[in-house]
Amino acid sequence: MFDFLEGYDLLGAFWTTVQLTLLSAVGSLIWGTLLAAMRVGPVPLMRGFATAYVNIVRNIPLTVIILFSSLGLYSTLNITMGSEVVKTSNFRLAVLGLMLYTAAFVCEALRSGINTVPVGQAEAARALGLNFTQVLGLVVLPQAFRAAVGPLTNVLIALTKNTTVAAAIGVAEAAYLMKEMVENEAQLVLISAIIAVGFCCLTLPTGLFLGWVAKKVAVKR
Amino acid sequence: MTEVSVAKEDVAATGDLVVLKSVNKHFGALHVLQDIDLTIARGEVVVVIGPSGSGKSTLCRTINRLESIDSGAITIDGKPLPDEGRELARLRADVGMVFQSFNLFAHKTVLENVMLGQVKVRKADKKQAEEKARALLDRVGVGTQADKYPAQLSGGQQQRVAIARALAMDPKVMLFDEPTSALDPEMINEVLEVMQQLARDGMTMIVVTHEMGFARSAANRVVFMADGRIVEQSAPDQFFSNPRSDRAKDFLSKILHH
Repeated sequence: MFDFLEGYDLLGAFWTTVQLTLLSAVGSLIWGTLLAAMRVGPVPLMRGFATAYVNIVRNIPLTVIILFSSLGLYSTLNITMGSEVVKTSNFRLAVLGLMLYTAAFVCEALRSGINTVPVGQAEAARALGLNFTQVLGLVVLPQAFRAAVGPLTNVLIALTKNTTVAAAIGVAEAAYLMKEMVENEAQLVLISAIIAVGFCCLTLPTGLFLGWVAKKVAVKR
Repeated sequence: MTEVSVAKEDVAATGDLVVLKSVNKHFGALHVLQDIDLTIARGEVVVVIGPSGSGKSTLCRTINRLESIDSGAITIDGKPLPDEGRELARLRADVGMVFQSFNLFAHKTVLENVMLGQVKVRKADKKQAEEKARALLDRVGVGTQADKYPAQLSGGQQQRVAIARALAMDPKVMLFDEPTSALDPEMINEVLEVMQQLARDGMTMIVVTHEMGFARSAANRVVFMADGRIVEQSAPDQFFSNPRSDRAKDFLSKILHH
């Protein structure tokens, strides 16, 4: 029944999916945290920038962002992300697009976490003589991250599935392979099922594990 | 919107630690502090009392600029309060503050709460900071709780930790913003005792409170506020037995006779 799979690199395709997910996740976590810091910060210009960024980026379809990475950055502006090989370049551009898009959601998840930290604790930290960066880094964000594990898990699962959009610019991940198989083989239902199960294998354990982490690190009040 | 003007004569004489000169503050249309003049001498314990909404807490919070002021001047140890930034952070480190709701850092142990300021602001050595923290926790009577998290402590214990956390910075002055108002009645005394000990040790203290017993026994001076103004200030004996203003008489008659 599964004979047709011979000749297709199913594992390799899912490995690309995993790489896309992990790299964009790390990147968007860093960029999203910076955005969240700007949004709660004292500098009006940064607050304005971060607010505008989040509201613009999260409202643009991901497909448009990914296509722009390829057509706009690569084809028009010749930005290759440090690689002359088209395949590598497209992969990196996809990571960039996913990262910029997902960071908006990370920022908002974190901001909801920041809102769980009583404002009095930040005041107490300021009263001790800590500066803004220290108040944020030592008191507010450590508690905000713990509270945000749940919402961030949702973002990560969405990101995992969103990586399929990278197929639009020819990154050979799972959805790209699916399209290829659908074109060449007859077992349409089976192909869809295999890809669906593959994604579940990635996201279900992620959700279960991070759910456990969320409980474990929750701050008692 | 804040404008802190600095005039030469504001520089305090050697005995004056905290000086407020014609301080005004509005919350929208509400004129919450109206031309406040207040001078606190080194080693003095000043208790601020008054009805709710009279501006006592706001007054307390302006002294380390958790609330900014609209006009007037505040100096601490001869230095005017700077704008938000590094200078202000340095000055805040010298002003200890204890809040009504304790505000301990929930993700850190009691010991870490007391060490944080020393290590990150004073750049103290970790070992020395820990020694000092443990000594302070012993002093306020919660030494055995050092490794617990704030949520595992009673309100009275948490507030004593908060006092230790402020003391760890070796502050020049301590601000208490209704430190016992959120406590169960049986825990109020354990906190007041610590504060009384501090007063006896010569700490300069500004205490916003509803505890008249504490005002009587520990204060050098009682400041009575109503409607954003300082209505009356005098020694506690005189204030409680023979208040001059009608507003204070009315206030005392409501709280003392039941």
